[in-house]
Amino acid sequence: MSAPSSDEAITDASAREIVLRDIRLMGDSQAVDVRFTDGRIAAIGAAAVADAQPEARVIEAAGRIGLPGLVDLHTHLREPGREDTETIETGCQAAALGGFTAVHAMANTQPVADTAGVVEQVWRRGREVGLCDVIPVGAVTVGLSGERLAELGAMAESAAQVRVFSDDGICVSDPLLMRRALEYVKAFDGVIAQHAQEPRLTLGAQMNEGELSGELGLTGWPAVAEEAIIARDVLLAEHVGSRLHVCHLSTRGSVEIIRWAKARGIDVTAEVTPHHLMLTEDLARTYDPLFKVNPPLRSADDVEAVRAGLADGTIDIVATDHAPHAHEDKDCEWSAGAFGMLGLQTAIGVVAATMVEPGNLTWAQVGDRMSFAPARIGRVADHGRPLEVGEPANLVIIDPDAPWEVRADRMASRSRNTPYVERTLPVSVWATFLRGRPTVMAGALT
Amino acid sequence: MAAARVLEADDVGRVIGRIAHEILEKSRGSSGVILLGIPTRGVPLARRIADRMASIEGHPVPVGSLDVTMYRDDIGLRGPRPLSATDIPAEGIDDAIVVLVDDVLFSGRTIRAALDAVNDIGRPRAVRLAVLVDRGHRELPIRADHVGKNLPTSLAESVQVHLVETDGVDEVLLGSRDAS
Amino acid sequence: MKHLLSAADLDREEALTLLDTAEELASVTDRAVKKLPTLRGRTVANLFFEDSTRTRLSFEAAAKRLSADVITFTAKGSSVSKGETLKDTALTLEAMGAQVIVLRHHASGAAQRLAESGWIGASVINAGDGTHEHPTQALLDAYTLRQHLRGGSGDLQGLRVVIVGDILHSRVARSNVALLTTLGARVTLVAPPTLVPVGVESWNCDVTFDFDDSLSDADAVMMLRVQSERMNAAYFPSAHEYSRRYGLDSMRAAQLPDHAVVLHPGPMNRGMEITAEVADGPRALIVDQVANGVSVRMAVLYQVLSSEEGAA
Repeated sequence: MSAPSSDEAITDASAREIVLRDIRLMGDSQAVDVRFTDGRIAAIGAAAVADAQPEARVIEAAGRIGLPGLVDLHTHLREPGREDTETIETGCQAAALGGFTAVHAMANTQPVADTAGVVEQVWRRGREVGLCDVIPVGAVTVGLSGERLAELGAMAESAAQVRVFSDDGICVSDPLLMRRALEYVKAFDGVIAQHAQEPRLTLGAQMNEGELSGELGLTGWPAVAEEAIIARDVLLAEHVGSRLHVCHLSTRGSVEIIRWAKARGIDVTAEVTPHHLMLTEDLARTYDPLFKVNPPLRSADDVEAVRAGLADGTIDIVATDHAPHAHEDKDCEWSAGAFGMLGLQTAIGVVAATMVEPGNLTWAQVGDRMSFAPARIGRVADHGRPLEVGEPANLVIIDPDAPWEVRADRMASRSRNTPYVERTLPVSVWATFLRGRPTVMAGALT
Repeated sequence: MAAARVLEADDVGRVIGRIAHEILEKSRGSSGVILLGIPTRGVPLARRIADRMASIEGHPVPVGSLDVTMYRDDIGLRGPRPLSATDIPAEGIDDAIVVLVDDVLFSGRTIRAALDAVNDIGRPRAVRLAVLVDRGHRELPIRADHVGKNLPTSLAESVQVHLVETDGVDEVLLGSRDAS
Repeated sequence: MKHLLSAADLDREEALTLLDTAEELASVTDRAVKKLPTLRGRTVANLFFEDSTRTRLSFEAAAKRLSADVITFTAKGSSVSKGETLKDTALTLEAMGAQVIVLRHHASGAAQRLAESGWIGASVINAGDGTHEHPTQALLDAYTLRQHLRGGSGDLQGLRVVIVGDILHSRVARSNVALLTTLGARVTLVAPPTLVPVGVESWNCDVTFDFDDSLSDADAVMMLRVQSERMNAAYFPSAHEYSRRYGLDSMRAAQLPDHAVVLHPGPMNRGMEITAEVADGPRALIVDQVANGVSVRMAVLYQVLSSEEGAA
């Protein structure tokens, strides 16, 4: 199972016990009271207030929505190596403000997280910061070079208890290596998370391949480069009897392949990013690399398909692929720009705008897509648990009637590359609780 | 605003005739004289004057056009202006008596630009100026050698020259200045 | 018109105004003083990140004929060393007094980025951005076609133009399809299937893979340089096969109607897309294109620098 929770001695009496009044759990129309005691959900309903200690801190949730603390299966925290763009601390601040209680930190750091040493370093730093649980993702291959397997077993056994392995940023394109990786992780219930991008079909690619790329003179990234790898990998997973996770699905064809695979009983899961739920390739007309990402923003038809896929569960989870970049790597011409967008702080707002408001997902389903399911895929023990008595008090309170304008200076991240600048998102994160302790209250870090 | 007609069609004809005679008198015949009209209305005026001179002297007078847009001093102040044709007679202007022809002489800046343009094209023996109307308010030390009509105006007034070739009728109107 | 970023941005009226202005400015070469004072005291900066002597000299000549001062920055090679970013170099040139920056860059969209990013206040003229657009090339091509096939005035209504070569990577092709079509011409693109962009069917022109098919009713053939430096060999099997199927040699030239002309933006790969015989033959207007390039660029500089927003 995954890493044990950090145990801090909770000495402050009012911090030991918290009563949340009037909260709509899982978006239920009926509001209830909830009590946290010593980091666990101690009571729901009348007993929450009735049996509370007198020094208990009372927080009026005033009808806001409570979901299990969000779990991100795909984040880039950039530490070690690129602390100029993000540190574990600033990344966790952004995560907490986004309602996350656990994030999986991708392995493409400098040095790469391909040994027990590096993953433990990242894991320990996350515990020190204490704002959000940081679960390191281990690299599949040494140095992400795609040549030989990294010490997956050592990483699994380390204090970090790695279960998710990914060369994200780069595709594990060698079919033999992918097969071996899928087989090897069966020993410790690990999962390979594939960044599906056939490298030979995407040489120098800048944006989605289509009419627009031809018009703009930007080298195209064809959908088939994503779909061909997914098709191959689901068949490999079936053949070796292993489970597979597909990162940042972006095309209609990819959704259809996953649907086919699941119908066949293949143990595959898939994620979609918030930006692929909302933004299309038309933004490339600006030539502003703020909108440059990998996989690229796609067509309106693809956006429609991934939304439908997330709604019907073909796509299991939303994962942010939060990718901070230095100012000079975005304040330039398109082809010189880095690929990637911030995502932690705006994720729930984008999901609300694209899925909840149009009626494609209920809040309860959002709780599944952004907490239960990612925790299950990552085998995370104490996150993504049901909101029931006895479970760890990892919770996010969302204000469904608090629209906010996204501004670069509102980002807690060290970087500023959010593509949603000047857009208004319909909901805000009001509070986040990590094991019964508030990390965010009234929309601000505590 | 009702504009007053200060020159009727017949007046315009007589004035053109007088200017033609004056040019011939000053240069003692038409030999070596070239007329260059400044677009837009300076061009048909120059042609008419040249025709009148030709009918008096009995041989043709070279006439052309000189667009001065690229020599103006207000580039960028009022947006790009379309260029009109610059058409210099085949014999060139070197050692000729160039008579610039324009409809209205006002600040003098157009003629200043025209002098610069002439200078870049060749070296005439002399440059003279003939205008249909001189309305005063010079901003530069420029004067016309041949004036059809002296028309003192205030800056609140506007002078409009109409010619058959461009406007269907010959007349000069004096009215109030509106947003032009 | 503060910037000139793409031919696709020009409507028929704007395009004709530029061509007509160029027509008048062309006669400057016939004067005693081959200069106009129009841009005296203005500074034009040539910012060339890609090697191009031809276009750079053309813009330089155009600026100087209008009495502007010219400063030039050329980056060596395609890799940009520290301190030579687009943003930094543009800021430097503007600080040195440039009111217009003529930019050639290897990144598609670089000119638009420079114009719209807020880094500088100067006007921007796109002298070629990656594989995207090269508007002044299209203007001089249109001017040349108009000069030889339409008596030097009006538009190109009904003219049939065939463009042959590496359409996929060609900014000249994109700009020409846009501009020539705006002026009423009918364009046919000819290339092997690997060298046309995805989505070319939606462009406002015809596409054929058969060069010979397009010759008999073409009024003009524009040959594009096949850029071996931009592609890996998988676009066509060999140079030999390419020139056999898509090269303009004397035999193909003989299939053209008598009045038809041959254009090439240069530099030419003699023997690859065009034979020396045709390039030096009577139909070829390549030298005219170069001369016309200066007049056209003078017209563009005048339009850009005299527009109210572009005034210093």
